Amino acid sequence: MILSVRDFAIGFQREGQNLVAVDGISFDVEAGETFVIIGESGSGKSLTGMSIAGLQPPTAFVSGSIRFKDREMLNRPDAELRKLRGPEIGLIYQDPLSSLNPVWPVGDQIAETLTAHGLADRAEANKRAVEMLERVRIPDPRRVASAYPHEISGGMRQRAMIAMALAANPSLLIADEPTTALDVTIKAQILELLADLKRELALTIILITHDMGVVAEVADRILVLYAGRIAEIGPADSIMLQPSHPYTAALMTSAMISQTPAKQELNAIVGGAPGLGAFPAGCRFHPRCPRAQDDCNTVEPPRRKFGAVELACHHPIEVAMSLQVARS
Amino acid sequence: MALLELDAVSKTFSQRRGGRAVQAVAGVSLAVGKGETLGLVGESGCGKSTLARLALKLVDVTDGRVRFDGVDVTGLTGRRMLPIRRRLQAVFQDPLASLNARMTIAEVMREPFDTHGVKLGAGLEARIRELLSFVGLENIDIQKLPGQFSGGQLQRIAIVRALALEPEIIVADEPTSALDPSIQAQIVNLMLQIQRKRGISYLIISHDLDVIGHVADRIAVMYLGTIIEQGTADEIMQRPLHPYTQALLSAAPTLAARRQVGWKRIMLSGDPPNPADVPSGCRFHPRCHLARDICRTNVPPLRAMPGTGQMVACHLAPDETARAGAEVGRDRRGLPLAG
Repeated sequence: MILSVRDFAIGFQREGQNLVAVDGISFDVEAGETFVIIGESGSGKSLTGMSIAGLQPPTAFVSGSIRFKDREMLNRPDAELRKLRGPEIGLIYQDPLSSLNPVWPVGDQIAETLTAHGLADRAEANKRAVEMLERVRIPDPRRVASAYPHEISGGMRQRAMIAMALAANPSLLIADEPTTALDVTIKAQILELLADLKRELALTIILITHDMGVVAEVADRILVLYAGRIAEIGPADSIMLQPSHPYTAALMTSAMISQTPAKQELNAIVGGAPGLGAFPAGCRFHPRCPRAQDDCNTVEPPRRKFGAVELACHHPIEVAMSLQVARS
Repeated sequence: MALLELDAVSKTFSQRRGGRAVQAVAGVSLAVGKGETLGLVGESGCGKSTLARLALKLVDVTDGRVRFDGVDVTGLTGRRMLPIRRRLQAVFQDPLASLNARMTIAEVMREPFDTHGVKLGAGLEARIRELLSFVGLENIDIQKLPGQFSGGQLQRIAIVRALALEPEIIVADEPTSALDPSIQAQIVNLMLQIQRKRGISYLIISHDLDVIGHVADRIAVMYLGTIIEQGTADEIMQRPLHPYTQALLSAAPTLAARRQVGWKRIMLSGDPPNPADVPSGCRFHPRCHLARDICRTNVPPLRAMPGTGQMVACHLAPDETARAGAEVGRDRRGLPLAG
């Protein structure tokens, strides 16, 4: 086990009120797996991912525990967290332009992650930067190393950011919506690259996304977050092909359009996800849930084992039924 | 007769200070019939949004004709275009950006009636309420500003605002792309319901093949300013014949693919092309695994495939592409492998 999250909560003070965004979640990530956190806007998925790297917003209050390789990450001094980001934890984001410095050549930025941690001198770091660009399958690594971010294409920038995140050889890569802004053919290239790198570098990957197509392709295990709580967690095949939580089932509909007869209405859920500070009582999903009963309105469902997964739902979908859904 | 017809339209943008001219749309012909949904698919920079703007007459064509219900509207502007605009409405990707942030929802909804001089007097508010209830928003406070609503609610407002004057066609540019997955399904359903109840036509532009494949009757695939394949939704989704369409369909993984051991995608190398630097011959040849000499020198015409209405601009279709196309279609549907 490389990461252990226990009763993790994060929130913000607004107008004297404590608004809890992620409310006491626990999960483990095993070394070498691709662990996917799925959720929609406001689910807390990015806050969770960033907190693992010690990058939660400075105004947030946190509680619980995030242990990465037996080090507590919450409330760890910034200087120590910085030492871990790069050599231990690499990060990539949706928009490479926001994490690459626009006035600095790409190669220098990759080299900087090595020199800043004292892992190489300038000359060695520059050489490694070009090697990393080659490793992320950039066809002309020397030219790209001396280019500025705006001079290369979006797909190339995404590759350069991955090179930067992996230059110091971390064991964990946190990827927050890494393909969301990309065209489908470029998205396919980046997913394939991540899969290859994971194998070559023995990486553990935590992927945060709302794109079910991406999840279908890469996930080993899945955590489904809804309104700051865990809806369902378990092996990817169980979650994707036989979802038990009604919310997971609804999410998967979007990835099953190709299996729904053309022009037929999709199995959509009503409403939208609740915003911060407006989480409903009982099961947070109950106002949108087609299976909700009286107990759902008042009693928060405890997390429990259900077949191959763990979920928080009073009235989960039985396996036989969900299989039928998956095949319809 | 087609309701909306683009006849060999082109759009060239000239760059300032002697830069090269960029031809965003290069001789595209498309027609949307009454009650029909035409899906237009392509990646960034292929010209699909420019094509939407040409169809909406938000920009003028450099060449070609735009016809609406048989009438040539290419040269119509201002007041003379107004009666056509009433019948031809638009929905865009980001509802927060397309609705005026400083107008209340009541004002946003009143605007089309004012623009077109439709005077309902005291009945206006009731009409607005009726419209909003059609998209499940009967209980919202219409004195609020757009910023106070969620993305899904705003896209409903944008759609129902486009419907306010009962247009015959809606041009929708990426209507679901900015939305969360559970909201996307709601908007897809809403658009299907509207069509069923009102017989409206759609021109839907998207990079999301799943959505297009689900809602469209016919699909056109765009690459670097040109249409490279066109056919019924079934033809394109189940038997794509252009190598680019095949790569597009294969690139987006589906749950069905996950269930298949040995599923492998057709991977395109390289970046999406630059409209300022169009390759010779077939525009797709630098990224095509089938490319050979003829592809580098001769522009493939969009031609009908034997025995179907499917149109493909590829020298090698269907003989060398049909098999791969059938495999791509089958993988997406997740059917068992045929022997």
